[in-house]
Amino acid sequence: MADETLSLKKAFSGHGGFGVDETTMAAMVAKWRKQPDQKSRFRNDFSGFFTNIGSIEKCEDDYLLRLKTEFSRFKNIMVLWLMHPWERDARWMHHVMHKSYPFTVIVEIACTRTSEELLGAKRAYQALFNHSVEEDVAYHIKESYSKLLVGLVSSFRYEGPQVDNEMAKWEAKALGNAIKSGGSGKLIQNEEVIRILTTRSKRHLKATFKHYKELHGKPIEEDLGANLCLQETVKCIDKPAKYFSEAINTAFKEGADKPSKLSLTRVIISRADVDMEEIKETYHKQFGVKLEDMITKNTHGHYKDTLLTLIGK
Amino acid sequence: MSTLTIPHVVPSPQEDCEKLHTAFSGWGTNEGDIIEVVAHRTAAQRNAIRRTYHDIYGEDLLKSLDKELTQDFEKAVLLWMLDPIERDAALVNGAVKKWSPHDRVLVEIAVTKTANELLAVRKAYQEKYKKSLEEDVAAHTTGDFRKLMVPLVSSYRYEGPEVDSGLAKSEAHTLRKHIKDEEYNHEEVIRILTTRSKSQLMATFNAYHEEHGNPINKDLKKDPKDDFLFALRSIIRCITCPERYLEKVIRLSMKNTGTDEDALTRVVTTRAEVNLKEIKEIYYKRNTVKLEHAIKKDTKGHYEDFLLALVGSDEE
Repeated sequence: MADETLSLKKAFSGHGGFGVDETTMAAMVAKWRKQPDQKSRFRNDFSGFFTNIGSIEKCEDDYLLRLKTEFSRFKNIMVLWLMHPWERDARWMHHVMHKSYPFTVIVEIACTRTSEELLGAKRAYQALFNHSVEEDVAYHIKESYSKLLVGLVSSFRYEGPQVDNEMAKWEAKALGNAIKSGGSGKLIQNEEVIRILTTRSKRHLKATFKHYKELHGKPIEEDLGANLCLQETVKCIDKPAKYFSEAINTAFKEGADKPSKLSLTRVIISRADVDMEEIKETYHKQFGVKLEDMITKNTHGHYKDTLLTLIGK
Repeated sequence: MSTLTIPHVVPSPQEDCEKLHTAFSGWGTNEGDIIEVVAHRTAAQRNAIRRTYHDIYGEDLLKSLDKELTQDFEKAVLLWMLDPIERDAALVNGAVKKWSPHDRVLVEIAVTKTANELLAVRKAYQEKYKKSLEEDVAAHTTGDFRKLMVPLVSSYRYEGPEVDSGLAKSEAHTLRKHIKDEEYNHEEVIRILTTRSKSQLMATFNAYHEEHGNPINKDLKKDPKDDFLFALRSIIRCITCPERYLEKVIRLSMKNTGTDEDALTRVVTTRAEVNLKEIKEIYYKRNTVKLEHAIKKDTKGHYEDFLLALVGSDEE
């Protein structure tokens, strides 16, 4: 009896984790048919989901909302999987401005996609929303990091092999100077920092970061202060697998909020056909546990199965 | 519309190449024959000639032209012979390398093109120069100009006709506020001018005029010598009336104090197959003199002949 209750609780995401186990639920309906007492006992035993107001039993509103999300995780991942990548990226960027997704999603898309992929996303954005993504970001996001965001999203970076090494060295120095002179508050609006990060090719920037490390003895991330936008920009450009591995991990943390949890679906869907192997390796190295195992432990039902398939076992 | 005259029966690329090759050979150059060929072929035909010339003679036609021609005539022919998108990329590269606040080329090219045309120029620029257009513009401009030019050349504007008239009014109001306070380089001014769609901006400029009495460009004339204000006014004119803007560029290129051949060549070669006809009409209305007469008066030699061949004449 206790076992059944436990497994049904888990099926309803009762112990945290993602997704619901519809198969178990359906089995319980069959098992507890015509047993209102069983159900009543279950309700009393599941205080997160159900509560009492006097003698009336009711569902907790919060839990109902969470449950809606969990039921739709599978639906969402299926729809996203079928969607064209450009439409996906366009909709995710739109959510930053209209559904309070964290702004780092824009950094992620602008910096980890190829120039043509980003262009495709921008075209899809225009077709879907009758605005350019640049005008929306510039208009709706009025934070210290707006200029950097608009620059990142407007970029059409050169992708060829040529790198001007002397220029990369010079720009590493320029970044160092900008870091020394401004506080981290000013750094995000520093013209040279923005110019270098939003216009140079990724190869050039990797060379620049390498020179920075040689010049200053430490990686540039350590000198960027608590500046999330700058940190994520550098990470996405220089070490995307690390960025994605960390984004996935925040989803699994205790008390992860909704946006963090959303990143699990987003990262796995968007990278499944790109660099999933590298991300898995990086994840294992960084967190000492296999990604498959984390997913198996923390997610349920068809949602879990889909994730495992996408990351390739 | 195009002002080119193409012969009814167009010789094959091989015939054209032979004529050009003959024009180069021996002492001296037969510029007349060169003009007869290149100035009377469309971009597609010229591309075919370039390819065929390379196939037959193993050399880039542009290299041969470079060897044989000189000065303004040469510059004009070389620019003309480039594929239009390549040409724009080359013009931007030239402008960027010797950039000064007086530069007029970046605004002209970035704003008179459609979003996809500008994108094509950015792609061509990368292929030709192994850098992105925006990184070169960013690296060669400074201060307020960089803040304006980089977003301008990076823009990928929405091209639909939809207009939000409430937004137009509020952004007109924002522009008015900063113009009044002489904050011409304000973030909001730059944001509006470099990200909004052209339809939305036209509505905004109309709202500005209606609500605040003056057309916006009139309020941006505080200091007629200020290059930044000139750039802002140019952006606005290129959005609202590009042909009138280009007419002015041509007109000013032939002032009494001497001819600005670079500007004249640039407008004629970039527009001959696009909208030079409309620009000519505006020129005539404004100056009561035909463009071809002004060119005859102000230029000479093969350069003049070449320009006239591209500009055409209504008297034919």
